Amino acid sequence: MSVQQFRLERESTINRSRVIRFWFNDTAHEGYQGDTLASALLANGVRLVARSFKYHRPRGIYTAGPEEPNALVQLEEGAYTEPNRRATEIEIYDGLRARSQNCWPSVDFDLGAASSFFDRLLPAGFYYKTFMWPRSFWMLYEKYIRRAAGLGRSPMEADPDCYDKTYAHCDVLIVGGGPAGIQAARAAGLAGARVILADERPGLGGSLLGEKYVINDRPAMDWVDERKSELSDMPEVCVLTRTTVTGYYDYNFLVANERVSEHLGPHNSGAPKERLWKIRARHVVLATGAIERPLVFADCDRPGVMLSSAIRNYIHRFSVLPGKRFVILTNNDTGYRTALDILDAGGMVAVIDIRSHPAGELPDTARNTGIRVLEARTITAVNYAKGTIRSVEVMQLSEDCTQVTGNAERIRCDTVGVSGGWNPTVHLFSQGRGTLRFCERNQCFVPDRPSRNNPVTLAGSCRATWRLGDCLKEGFDAGISAAGEAGFAMPGMTHEEDAVQDTDHHEPRPVWILPCEHPIGQGRKKHFHEMQNDATIADIALADREGFSSIEHLKRYTTTGMGTDQGKLSNLNALLALSEIQGVPMSGGRVTTYRPPYTPLTMGSIVGHDRRDLFLQRRKTPIHSWHDRAGAVYEDVGDWERPRYYPGPAETMHDAVQRECLAVRQSCGLLDASTLGKIDLQGRNCRWLLNMLYTNAWDNLSAGRCRYGLMLNEHGMVFDDGVTTCLDDNHYHMTTTTGGAARVMNWIEEWLQTEWPDLEVFATSVTEQWAVASLSGPNARALLSGLTDVPLDDASFPFMSCRNGTVAGIPARIFRISFTGELSFEINVPARYGLALWKALMDAGEEYRICPYGTEAMHVLRAEKGFIIAGQDTDGTVTPMDLGMDWIVSRKKEDFLGKRSFDRTDTARPGRKQLVGLLTEDPEFVIPEGTHVVKAMKNAPPMEMLGHVSSSYMSPNTGRSIALALIADGFNLKGQTLSVALMNGTGHHVTVTDPVFLR
Amino acid sequence: MLIITCPWCGQRDQSEFTAHGEAHVARPEHPEQLTESQWGDYVFFRSNPKGVHHERWVHTHGCRRWFNVVRDTVTDHIFATYRPGERKPEIKG
Repeated sequence: MSVQQFRLERESTINRSRVIRFWFNDTAHEGYQGDTLASALLANGVRLVARSFKYHRPRGIYTAGPEEPNALVQLEEGAYTEPNRRATEIEIYDGLRARSQNCWPSVDFDLGAASSFFDRLLPAGFYYKTFMWPRSFWMLYEKYIRRAAGLGRSPMEADPDCYDKTYAHCDVLIVGGGPAGIQAARAAGLAGARVILADERPGLGGSLLGEKYVINDRPAMDWVDERKSELSDMPEVCVLTRTTVTGYYDYNFLVANERVSEHLGPHNSGAPKERLWKIRARHVVLATGAIERPLVFADCDRPGVMLSSAIRNYIHRFSVLPGKRFVILTNNDTGYRTALDILDAGGMVAVIDIRSHPAGELPDTARNTGIRVLEARTITAVNYAKGTIRSVEVMQLSEDCTQVTGNAERIRCDTVGVSGGWNPTVHLFSQGRGTLRFCERNQCFVPDRPSRNNPVTLAGSCRATWRLGDCLKEGFDAGISAAGEAGFAMPGMTHEEDAVQDTDHHEPRPVWILPCEHPIGQGRKKHFHEMQNDATIADIALADREGFSSIEHLKRYTTTGMGTDQGKLSNLNALLALSEIQGVPMSGGRVTTYRPPYTPLTMGSIVGHDRRDLFLQRRKTPIHSWHDRAGAVYEDVGDWERPRYYPGPAETMHDAVQRECLAVRQSCGLLDASTLGKIDLQGRNCRWLLNMLYTNAWDNLSAGRCRYGLMLNEHGMVFDDGVTTCLDDNHYHMTTTTGGAARVMNWIEEWLQTEWPDLEVFATSVTEQWAVASLSGPNARALLSGLTDVPLDDASFPFMSCRNGTVAGIPARIFRISFTGELSFEINVPARYGLALWKALMDAGEEYRICPYGTEAMHVLRAEKGFIIAGQDTDGTVTPMDLGMDWIVSRKKEDFLGKRSFDRTDTARPGRKQLVGLLTEDPEFVIPEGTHVVKAMKNAPPMEMLGHVSSSYMSPNTGRSIALALIADGFNLKGQTLSVALMNGTGHHVTVTDPVFLR
Repeated sequence: MLIITCPWCGQRDQSEFTAHGEAHVARPEHPEQLTESQWGDYVFFRSNPKGVHHERWVHTHGCRRWFNVVRDTVTDHIFATYRPGERKPEIKG
């Protein structure tokens, strides 16, 4: 157990009365409630926490926030484990376990880094280059590269946590609970607007948490506490902490992720782990702050180098001074603020300023307190050994900052703070399609024009307003105007100014990439601008030399900004480096696209409750419980769960299907056809509509008669089929395929509503109102006659007709139609009687050894007769003529949907793919569906491909295998022998036949 | 995610709607009299503009009615929605 030797006595947001024990790389540590994993590790002197992605270089904690590129850990174990978590954001709890990533066998001794092999193997663009080698080489290296370069491990078990999802509407959504955001919430709340204020941290305060500001002569956090209680008294203001707004979409739709219970540990609460908020806001206020910009110098990635603002954060927010001897490297005044705070906290510090003669309040104060300031100098080497920085070497900068001169001075230190000024957090604004412009004064991208669809106001440092007093005022004004835009105007409400002591702010010297003794990229020292993906300034130069000189190409080639941190620290410096290499000014405004999410979201959070049984709604017929008891094996057809077959004891699927097929043709079978699409059509113009929807003529269909029809789209291609029955002149019952029901319904509605609004036709989906039992087989009539009052003889109830009556005492509509080719009655009853009907039929069928059959047998039976399944034997490129169904296309009708396309050159040409039957040479061999049909089999592709097998089964009633196929010029090939090309490289001879196998 | 004003139901979330392509593509009254390329234009070709686009939507998870939307395909700004048969509003992008 290590002691917290870097913990300060002073007060902060940590709760010292609550000691927390946690484990990092199997070592126990102690911290306090309120610590992040990063602050607790720093308090215990743990500096080396990870290995880098590509080169396995040792890395430490670089920041104190979501911009962290280095300190990524594997949090927790087993099913609870999560990779790539930023140590700077994890709140510690008792028993927390975390490990370093990307290292083997341990973070302190890593084999990958021990050989400098990676350096040469993995230049920028290595993936692309490797792929260009002979393919066999890639196979060789892939395993090695994959093992070496990874980002943590995914859990192998199902996620045991639960996640929540919620929708919210508000007048004003404020993102960021810092000084500007708090003010905006207060103002909008006073105006009476419904407000949501979201902040990613556990508490409000934002930048004030990590600074030593004074507001109204008291510590700034007192001001925050007062405002917080003021906000909690406003009933229309909702404050969400631990909530990161990750995405900004059109029409002010924003997505936020609330970490509800993670800070309590994995087993300690029944609450959801996370909650995804989907928020629609009338107006948005972005007060997202700014992130300090790094300076890029020789070996600037060593553990112990960190942002200067992070050092202040650890001092003020967590009472941790992350070192003993500090060097601050800066190009602006904020570095001095860090130096003064370090001195105040008892550390030793020197400032290296790349500017000559820095003047102003902060540098002067620093000098006056005895801090050593080295001017016009930079760090040229970081001497690092055994997990700690030992010293840095400092040299004089040339006038233009491109070279160093003179002798190096060695300065002892263990921690280096860097400050390159500030970079506004514009991610959300840009995601919301706001445009950015390059601000010369601040040398960074700032928000320019918001999108017309997304009413938004910005306040504070996210629009490069740096002084605290200005931020407070801007925040308040933004709240007022946002509330006003949302309809809550408060004329005359003004901002009561808080007294804030601000220091002067001087613009940085516009240099971020600093030289060393050797030219960048030509010596041992590396200039990392992108630490998470291990990309250097030399990689940018390489990308430019190799022609990847547009910024979007550069980004992908070097992988800059493509890590989980989305380049929060690296993007701007990469753009700068490219601009310098190309001699193009930054003001050109070239910037890569910001995309959601701002920080990574867990899959759990996105999925929420929509998993397992709740993932997909299942449609079940009223007879489903019977199928369950009969041990049916199901198949998914659209959203429906349909019985595929009913296996008997010790029966395989093959056995069951063969038995069911024989039973239907030899005696009788019963199929649950309730899922068939059913549309009730009523109105004076139904017949006219049917004539347009179907290819055949409907003028002379009399009441009680049924007709089969094909539906085409305007391309002339078949998309659905079914039987429609005339109930009376103005009333029709249409059936569709199970999967096509909704499509056909929409198809009809769209024509009725948009093209033919004058027609009087009412279409109503009645799929779920009717339960359907399809009784099929030579004994169907005998069986049914005992149950119904409807005469079933051929004369009174002919094929393709419909009768009303009762079956087993249930009012029924019976259709004499057939999909098996056998004598069939499709008995429709109101859905609630479906199960009773089914049971009555099964009971009455006992003497005929009635056999319930599933969709698989149905498929075989219809294929034996050459009946098509729309969507299986057709694929949107097949005309009725291609199916050999010319008989169903009316020659007399002037018009129907798709008719004109029959005369198109391509539709009318000879040699189109046509539906034929195939018989295999070996009658026992069943061709896999989808297999290609070729003219002749060769040893290797290419072969002349003629088409594919669309349906293929073992047919017990013909005693052999049968197949349907779509083959080029198929009708003319009947009788010829072709081959099917199998996946194992062999072929099998097939003979082309008529698609009707059983007459 | 867009907010779309259904002419019958009012403002609703985009997830309730389905887009159905370009509006005001009338089905020719006498297809048989058209040349192959005229029919091809109707079946296959759409204007696909960068900017103002009149398009057809359906309120799938609502009233299930079709209507027209004028949307900027670049900015996704919706200028107007209107019922089928109503006059096409003149919009300048």
